[in-house]
This record gives sequence, C-alpha cells and structure tokens, in this order.
Amino acid sequence: MSGILIAEQILNGLQSGVMLFLMAAGLTLIFGVMGLINLAHGSLYMVGAFAAAWVAGATGSFGLALIAALAGAALAGVLIEVLVIRRLYRAAHLDQVLATFALILIFSEGTRYVFGSFPLFLDVPGALSGPVTLPGGIQYPLYRLTLIGVGLLVALFLWWLTARTRIGIQIRAGENDREMIAALGVDISKLYTLVFALGAALAGLAGAFVGAIQSVQVGMGEPVLILAFVVIVIGGIGSIKGAFVGALLVGLTDTLGGIFLPQVFKLFMAPDVATQTGSALASMAIYIVMSLVLIWRPSGLFGARA
Amino acid sequence: MKKLMMSAAALALAATGAAAEVKVGMITTLSGGGAGLGIDVRDGFMLAIEQSGRSDIEVVIEDDQQKPDIAVQLSDKMIQSEKVDVMTGIIWSNLAMAVVPGAVAQGKFYLSPNAGPSALAGKGCNPNYFNVAWQNDNLHEAAGAYANSAGYKNSFILAPNYPAGQDALTGYKRFYEGALAGELYTQLGQTDYAAEIAQIRASGADSVFFFLPGGMGISFLKQYADSGVGLPVVGPAFSFDQGILQAVGPAALGVVNTSQWSKDLDNAANVAFVESFQAKYGRLPSLYASQGFDTANLLISAVEKADVSDADAFREALRAADFASTRGAFRFGPNHHPIQNIYAREVIQEGDVFTNKVIGVALEDHADAYAAECKM
Repeated sequence: MSGILIAEQILNGLQSGVMLFLMAAGLTLIFGVMGLINLAHGSLYMVGAFAAAWVAGATGSFGLALIAALAGAALAGVLIEVLVIRRLYRAAHLDQVLATFALILIFSEGTRYVFGSFPLFLDVPGALSGPVTLPGGIQYPLYRLTLIGVGLLVALFLWWLTARTRIGIQIRAGENDREMIAALGVDISKLYTLVFALGAALAGLAGAFVGAIQSVQVGMGEPVLILAFVVIVIGGIGSIKGAFVGALLVGLTDTLGGIFLPQVFKLFMAPDVATQTGSALASMAIYIVMSLVLIWRPSGLFGARA
Repeated sequence: MKKLMMSAAALALAATGAAAEVKVGMITTLSGGGAGLGIDVRDGFMLAIEQSGRSDIEVVIEDDQQKPDIAVQLSDKMIQSEKVDVMTGIIWSNLAMAVVPGAVAQGKFYLSPNAGPSALAGKGCNPNYFNVAWQNDNLHEAAGAYANSAGYKNSFILAPNYPAGQDALTGYKRFYEGALAGELYTQLGQTDYAAEIAQIRASGADSVFFFLPGGMGISFLKQYADSGVGLPVVGPAFSFDQGILQAVGPAALGVVNTSQWSKDLDNAANVAFVESFQAKYGRLPSLYASQGFDTANLLISAVEKADVSDADAFREALRAADFASTRGAFRFGPNHHPIQNIYAREVIQEGDVFTNKVIGVALEDHADAYAAECKM
C-alpha cells in the first residue's frame, strides 16, 4: 500500500465529508432551531440536482445550474415550510416524521411525473474535468478538489453567519429559548422560514455538486439523508461545528474503512473471504463509530443538550 | 395502491368469446429508483399484446416498489382473488426468490422477463417456471469470454456485495482466463467510487470488469472517466441500457458490454419491434423492453396452441418457444432457461443519442452452468 494511494484516499474522504456537511448543516440547523425532524431533507437534495440538470441541459452553463439548484431547493423549502411544516412545530416528533415522510413520497412521485423515470444527465463543467497532478505525483480529479474547496468555504460562511451576524444571534437564541426571543420582538415565524430556506438551499447545492459525478435520479436523496442523520447525531444536534467535525469523521471512516479493512483482514484470512468480511464490516464502520461516540458522549461531540 | 387494469378486450369491441380467457398477473417495479426497468418490461409486454390483437388475454399490473414483502402480498392477491393463470414481471432476483417458488407450487405458470437467480436454474428449477431473459451469470460469463478475446491478462473486477453481485464475479471468473489485479465488493446502492477508482489506479491492472446496475453504474462511469485512469472497461449490458446511457453521456463511449439483445440486431422481428416501440412510446427500447416483448410473444404463442387450463399441453407449448424472438434464434434448455447467443456491443453516439452497436458474438448458443443440476 503506497503513500500516494493513502493520500488519495484521504482526499476522497475529505471530499465526501464536506459534501455531507452541506447536507448535515441544514438538517442540524432545522432540528436545532425548530426541533423538527425533517425526513424530506433528502428530497430537497434531489430537487437541487434535478433543477441543476434541467437548467444545465437547457443552457449548457454549470454556473446557471448551480444558481438554479440553490433557488429551486430554497423555493421548495419555503413552500413546504409555509404549507406543511409550520403546522408541525408543536406536534410530537412522530407526527413530524409521518408528515415529512409523506413529503418524500410526494416529491419522488412528483419528480417522476415531471421528469420521467429515467436518470437525467448532468456533467462536470469542461473547465474542471479531468485529473490534475498534485505535489508528490498524486493524480486527482480537479472537480473533486474544487468540491473540497467549496465545501470549506461554505463551512466558513456558516460559521461567520452564526457567530458574527445578527441573524446568527437570533438563530442561536432561537435554539435556546424560542418563547423568549419571540417576546423580545423577533418575528419567529419569519426566522423559521429563513432557516428552513437556508438549510434547503444548502441541500440543493450539495445535490447539484454531487449530481455532476453521480446519477441524477428519483430517490437519490435518501441514502445521503441517512448518512446526514448519522453525522448530526455524532456531532451533536443543533451544532454547526459538530456537523462539520462529524461529516469529516463519517466521510473519512467510510472511505478509509472500505479500503483498509479488507487489507487488514487479508493479513490473516484467505483473500476472497477477507474481501467479503472486510467489505461487510466497512459498511458497518460509521455506525460503530457513532455508537462509540455516543457511549463516550451521549449528546454527541458538541451537543448542548443531553 | 395504484392499480391498472389493461385489457386487450377493451380494444376489440364485440369479442367472439369463443376462446378461453387467459389472465396474466404482472408484478413489476414501477416506482422508486428501479422503476425504469419495470416500466420498460411493462411497455414491451403490453406492446406485444396490443400488436397481437387478441381479446382473450387480460393483464393485471401491480407495482412491487422493489420490496420483497410487497411482491409477496401482491402475488397472494393475484393468485387468490384475481385468480390469474400466468404470472410475470419481476425484475429483481431477491423478489423473484420470494414470489416464484410459491406461485409455481400453487400450479401457476411463471414467465420471468428479467430475474434469473441461479437457485431457480439448478436444483430449484420447476416445470412451470420459464426464464425468457437469461440466467443471472450469463452476461458476465460472456464478458469474461470477451476479455480473453480482447487479450486482457490482468483484470480488476468489482460488483456490489449482494447475491447477484457475487454471481456476477463468479460468472466472469468462470470464463476469464487471465490473472486478477484486484477483486472488490462495493456496497449496494453506493454512489461514490473514488476509493475504488484509486485502488484500480494503484493495482497495475490492464482492464476493468464491473457489474453495477442502474444508478450505481452511472456514478461509476462518470467518476471513472473523470479520474483519467483510462483502462479499457468491460461489463454486462445492465449499466449500458438505453434508459441510462443518456445519463452517463460521453463517459460511456467506446465501452464494450455484453447483451443477449441489441437494437441493431438484424432480424425481421427486432426491426419491427424497435420501430413500433419507438413509434408508440417516443423512446428507444432497452434490453428490458425487448425481454418484456419476447415474454409476451412466448405467452401468445402458447395461447394459440393450447388451453391454459390444460397445464401439460400449455407447458409443452411454452417449451417449444415457437415465436419470433427479437434476439433471433431462441430456444429453451432442459431447465427452461434460454440457450442463445450473447453479443459484445460497443457504446456509440448517433446524433444526440447514445446507444449500442453489435461488434461480435461473445458466446454462441450459450446455455447456463446450472442446467445439469436441474431434475424435472
């Protein structure tokens, strides 16, 4: 196992981690501020990817496609917040799960109705396609490097937004005591809509970025949603910092585990058995990490509430 | 639950009523990520029924949502309350394993338009079960045979970690004679293959074989093309069917894949099928559509010869496979699985559309490896 391969896998882990962060950040904000379990977050990811694929197909511009993904997902987010979610803030978590699960079905079949059952085409923009050679002779796709950069920028922006702006203060206050900040004259329902739109836009952005190297199809959001929930549980619900650390942890564990566990098992097992056992264990690795973190810190790494 | 009753009887006004009605229960995947496959099978099947102009075949269609438990419920309903005579439609091997043994045990005929698990081809074969597509291993075996003829000596092979994925690698290795640079099982439904591609790059392989059906294949091919690894790729048709090639785009150009059917196979039945499918549905057919079409035509050929209530005669009529297949020559082996040519195809671009072109026969008159274990 060469150093180049290990370095490349670490980059891969980082890249999947930062994209996961875009999903998890929105989810943790919505859960933290509004106390809402939003299963439809994966659908917003899908909406972003479909909006991007559609606009890229019509105009040929990846930049416009990204704007469409942000706008499309934010708009879908505002719509469902105003029409459905708003009625659920005071409801039990089970009701929220039920309603947002219904939204998944509505979004999936609605998307199928509009775009058909076959996956759409969305490609990496020409300027970012192909590999680049990094110091040390590592060949790495330029697009994935760009994703790492963009993800880190978004993380920085979110930190600035929550730590340094008035809106951020209101969001953090809303997490702690929603009655009190309403009493202080903050329009809480407007704030909720804003947070929801922000979370939705981030999910849509992730969908568009990832859609270019994956398959843009109905149901693409659900696997990512599950990972995003793992991330926010590890990081601590409501914490942007926790979502960031958790996303990188999950991304790296998932990538490195898939590669190195079969290698480790090969040291003392027949190769084909080692491959199967290693792969099986690798798919469990993130859940094992999650349980270890929860044993050590039951409210997650940066969780405020127990 | 969506329920579609499509009756050919509705087309013909006053049916003569002389022939006995044959009721067909189709359980297939019409929603969720795998819906494209089921929709193609359904559309191909219904096209053949419509073209036959027969008023005595009624088809009941239900959506299994790609879930084994739903498929079993639907199957019970079709057998007990709809009282169907023949069942068909299932795409996925795990669903087929849940439904087929029960259905044939209750005396129903089952015509598989897609799934061909090895368990139903060998010891678990049944006189009332016919597979009109292929046994699961077949296309992978053909890919192995093609790899030999292309001179590949050191393949890197990968497939998802589930039964059909294990069958795929087994099938490839059964015919491939070179060495293995690496063998990987990925997660089912995995969407990011960066880690696997890095291993391929580091492995010193001279070729890559992969079985990643549907969206998994789209993701892999796009990422593989973007990684600049550039080794030749070979795989079964499941990642190169007409439904997903447009989503893969230029990344798939030139890739060789193996299939029992191709749009450009030059026989009268296929030319007419491709033209009429395109005219009716406004898209090119996939191999799944051709399998649905062939399944319906097999059924029609049997209905013409025998009454479904006479099970032995009907079974003989099915076994004769006396219909014009879109694949050209088609016959059943002793375990009711096809003996057929498997072709090597190359992905090409025709105008704006990505499609396949036959470049040769990978395996001629190929039967599956399990037929000898079947006693019936």
